[in-house]
Amino acid sequence: MTAPKDRPVILTPEQIKRRRQRNVALAIALFGFAMLFYVVSFIKGPGITMRGP
Amino acid sequence: MTDIGLPLDSQEDSADAGVSLASPADYWALLKPRVMSLVVFTAVTGMVMAPGHIHPLLGFVALLAIAVGAGGSGALNMWYDADIDAVMTRTRRRPIPAGTVTRSEALAFGLFLSGASVMVLGLVTNLVAAGLLAFTIFFYVVVYTMWLKRWTAQNIVIGGAAGALPPMVAWAAVTGTVTVESVILFAIIFMWTPPHFWALALFKSDDYQRAGVPMLPVVSGAAETRRQILAYTIVLAPLAMLPWYMGFAHWPYGLVSGLGGVGMLACAIAILRKPGDMKPAKRMFGFSILYLFTLFATLLGEALIWRFLP
Repeated sequence: MTAPKDRPVILTPEQIKRRRQRNVALAIALFGFAMLFYVVSFIKGPGITMRGP
Repeated sequence: MTDIGLPLDSQEDSADAGVSLASPADYWALLKPRVMSLVVFTAVTGMVMAPGHIHPLLGFVALLAIAVGAGGSGALNMWYDADIDAVMTRTRRRPIPAGTVTRSEALAFGLFLSGASVMVLGLVTNLVAAGLLAFTIFFYVVVYTMWLKRWTAQNIVIGGAAGALPPMVAWAAVTGTVTVESVILFAIIFMWTPPHFWALALFKSDDYQRAGVPMLPVVSGAAETRRQILAYTIVLAPLAMLPWYMGFAHWPYGLVSGLGGVGMLACAIAILRKPGDMKPAKRMFGFSILYLFTLFATLLGEALIWRFLP
């Protein structure tokens, strides 16, 4: 279901707070994911796509 | 839906508009963190025991990928089983039945995490480990959750393979292959799963019956379940000692697995002897967790000592 088009959706303070929490968590996860690849590329060197421990 | 204590009109408006009420903690709960911790623990054991070397950071990333893969499959399990979870006392406070996360959000979350974990494990270690992780996720979500769980009383016997694979995945991350030793680690968890879950099902059978899940006590009755618990425990106790028989674990493990096996057998016999009493089943459920933890903690401790001490 969607809200009637002529009425704006008003978020409650709790919804705004939870949305901000989700955004922060997502930013941290994305930053961590990028850093993970960055650091792994140093360890594996130019052969990152080569398989092996 | 979560009561957030705000005017009903605005709450309904924004909820109708598809505004999520989920917090990061709800998404964390979708990963089944307690199951994930057991997966990580058994995977660490497999990784440390495996002959060979892996860079510590790559080992950490591999474990992270295995944990995320387990979490992703947990989210997919909750996506598919939301109807069952809503009627079982043990699971009705999970994020989807509680109304904080929608089914489609859980599906997207689970699919992304599952795909990303397999990709990262493949890039960081090798394709054998990544393939095994992909198979584990497929087995848990499709074979167990979608197919076996609602169809047969043997659901957790066959489905237990998914929970038993993590040490094998971690072993393959180091060695690039599957060996007899890693298969034995798999077999121990595989054979441990039925007595563990059937003990739970004995004192939660009403829950499973209400949800329409054909667990063994619901389908074949409590008496048959008690016999099956003992039968599986009789196989499990000597099987768990195999690492010591075969020489890839040392005498402390032989001692611990022998004593633990005796304890498991004592629990299973107590269940059989006291048909109307649920206490032995509860005791076995708790003891089986301690038993598996102790087995893998001993294997891990031995592997670390024998690897790093002269």
